[in-house]
Amino acid sequence: MTLCITNARHLGAPVDLLVDGDRVRTMTPAGQHPAPDGCEVFDAVGLVLMPGFIDAHVHLREPGFEYKEDIASGLAAAAHGGFSAVLCMANTKPVNDTASVTSFMLERAAQSHPFGPRLHPVAAATVGLNGEGMAPLAELKEAGCVAVSNDGRPVENAELVRRVMEYAADLGLIFIDHCEDPRLAGGWLMNEGEVSGFLGVKGQPAVSEAAQAARDIMLAEYLGLPVHIAHVSAGLTLDVIAWGKARGVQVSAETCPHYLLLDDSALAGYNTAAKVSPPLRGATDREALCRAVKKGLIDILVTDHAPHAAHEKDGTLDEAPCGITGLDLALSLTWNLVRENMLAEADMHRLWCKRPAEIFRLPWNGFAPGDPADFFLFDPDEVWTPGPDTMHSKSRNTPFLGQNLHGRVKGHWIGGRRVV
Amino acid sequence: MNADNRYYWPHKDLLDVTQLSGMDTLHLLDLAASFQEINRRPLKKVPTLKGKTVVLFFVENSTRTKTSFDVAAKRLSADTYSLTKSGSSLNKGESLKDTALTLQAMGPDVIVMRHASSGAAAYLAKGLSCAVVNGGDGWHAHPTQALLDCFSLREAWEGRFAGRTLLILGDIAHSRVARSNVHLFSMLGTRVRLCAPRTLLPAGVENWPVEIFSDLSRAARNVDAVMCLRLQLERQQVRLLPDLAEYSRRYCLGSAHLAMAGTDVKVLHPGPLNRGLEIADDIADAPASLVLNQVAAGVSTRMAVLYLLATRRDGKPT
Repeated sequence: MTLCITNARHLGAPVDLLVDGDRVRTMTPAGQHPAPDGCEVFDAVGLVLMPGFIDAHVHLREPGFEYKEDIASGLAAAAHGGFSAVLCMANTKPVNDTASVTSFMLERAAQSHPFGPRLHPVAAATVGLNGEGMAPLAELKEAGCVAVSNDGRPVENAELVRRVMEYAADLGLIFIDHCEDPRLAGGWLMNEGEVSGFLGVKGQPAVSEAAQAARDIMLAEYLGLPVHIAHVSAGLTLDVIAWGKARGVQVSAETCPHYLLLDDSALAGYNTAAKVSPPLRGATDREALCRAVKKGLIDILVTDHAPHAAHEKDGTLDEAPCGITGLDLALSLTWNLVRENMLAEADMHRLWCKRPAEIFRLPWNGFAPGDPADFFLFDPDEVWTPGPDTMHSKSRNTPFLGQNLHGRVKGHWIGGRRVV
Repeated sequence: MNADNRYYWPHKDLLDVTQLSGMDTLHLLDLAASFQEINRRPLKKVPTLKGKTVVLFFVENSTRTKTSFDVAAKRLSADTYSLTKSGSSLNKGESLKDTALTLQAMGPDVIVMRHASSGAAAYLAKGLSCAVVNGGDGWHAHPTQALLDCFSLREAWEGRFAGRTLLILGDIAHSRVARSNVHLFSMLGTRVRLCAPRTLLPAGVENWPVEIFSDLSRAARNVDAVMCLRLQLERQQVRLLPDLAEYSRRYCLGSAHLAMAGTDVKVLHPGPLNRGLEIADDIADAPASLVLNQVAAGVSTRMAVLYLLATRRDGKPT
């Protein structure tokens, strides 16, 4: 079957995209070639064409916390957000530290979304995420995990981090590192700074992230192995990453749209919707992150989609769990950065598709002949408001709730099949 | 009383002194002064709030504040009901929201809440239609303590806050009293100094409207009042200090420090006191000490707070 997307806007120019089965055949200037006979035609005039996004950091909560999110609802949110693939973290219940849990996740995905978005489980680095003993990484890799991480619970023991990096490397798995010195950071509710001092709550100093990132980047250099630094929030961590990259360390890094758009003043009034781990930092951190994303020091964007039920976030700041949902909103939030000239449209391709695919060794769509036909079309001018009727995630814990956002997915094809 | 016939008390709740204007504060203190007269009568009761209900919802332990509110309400003839965490369904896992909604369904006019979580009172006030008074939330705010401190010093300072210097001494980082007092006294024109080891100072304090000292001998020079804070012994588990003896040697307010201060220096302490640790025994009982005046001022000030909130009607003068 052949599909022709006509008159789509791609990097500012009108194009036609021809798809053969599950692959891209050609992308040409609009109107250059007539659509082949018998071809299904989708006129995308006014819409922007994007490669399918890859979100390398989500929490889908199944098994164990299905009231917050399950694999079906999480992948539905991903599909409507333009994500063709997501990597889901292991802090489920039970933890994804055995092949049976990985297989269960993949089966649930295949049942609910047989044509995508594709689910790629991330193996727990340590048994039960307890930071004490290494999980059976070979078994987890064989079951379908594509990376390894102790996300949610940083590993304090540097020796164990070293062994996980080494063992994972043999299996071709990259270590996604949640950097947070738990002793420097214990019991925090938000960033340590002027706002936490005013509100009278315990803060987490930015150095707790940077110190552990430095430790693990040095380990990666010593071992000659890659490390991926998760959800960078602090300017100081960027300095450490720049230092590592300058020395030739195989270090890559991610941050989330909310760290680019918000700072810790979002927690004024004890706003639990803005409580996230790592915490929203100060304005200078936010500005440094924006610069780092633009120049490529930060390799990729991720959502760190962390759904929580409304009743869990409805409480005092110390009762509420950390987390912001992201899959439904990431496109609009990133497009907001483009509209404000902080990013270019081409940066979106790099940050959400090309680099995550390279880092995690996944197929990606660069619109070259033979590339996987993973793409979506969005209306850059459509204004929408996140709320119960417009989001597909089960949970709506986001500080952007009720705000007017620009950019809405109008069609999403994965492997040449339309899923939205 | 600074009678201003056009004055309207605009607040549904009292959550933090940051919500108060200078006029709000002075109006409240004037009202407290008028209630103080009642507290000196042989029969200390007036029918002002007869038929009103005040719930004392103290999720965290308290002696002074809770009793003070209770006495204040009763002297105005309000009915009071008391609820603690151990005596409530919070202990059975009920959420703060549901407990509060249950309380509200019983029709109180004012809920006074103390809670260990910063922001708890604000959270409660957002969801309830009755007035909420913050009786202390975590490390954040203790507005009635700041108001009663202000009331106590207004008497001692003959109503003049501008040009005075107040030193707040001790564990600033974990003190809701310090945060509220810094704001209130700064707003009234008083210079505020803080003195503490760096481990007991909050993040961002350099941007507060204060002078910061780590040396008590320097900090105490020429001040008009010293407010000692309780050293929260439970905090020492996280190694903020080497030991209590060393803290006492450096930060316990003694007569030598007061000798460097202004000639008519006053000493305040929100209590409970750790005598010999943050305040020398003889200083706590010296004529300069306003500790017991603070307790008395607490009743008058809280009578004023309860009166203003329980009788407030939108758009009508109180």
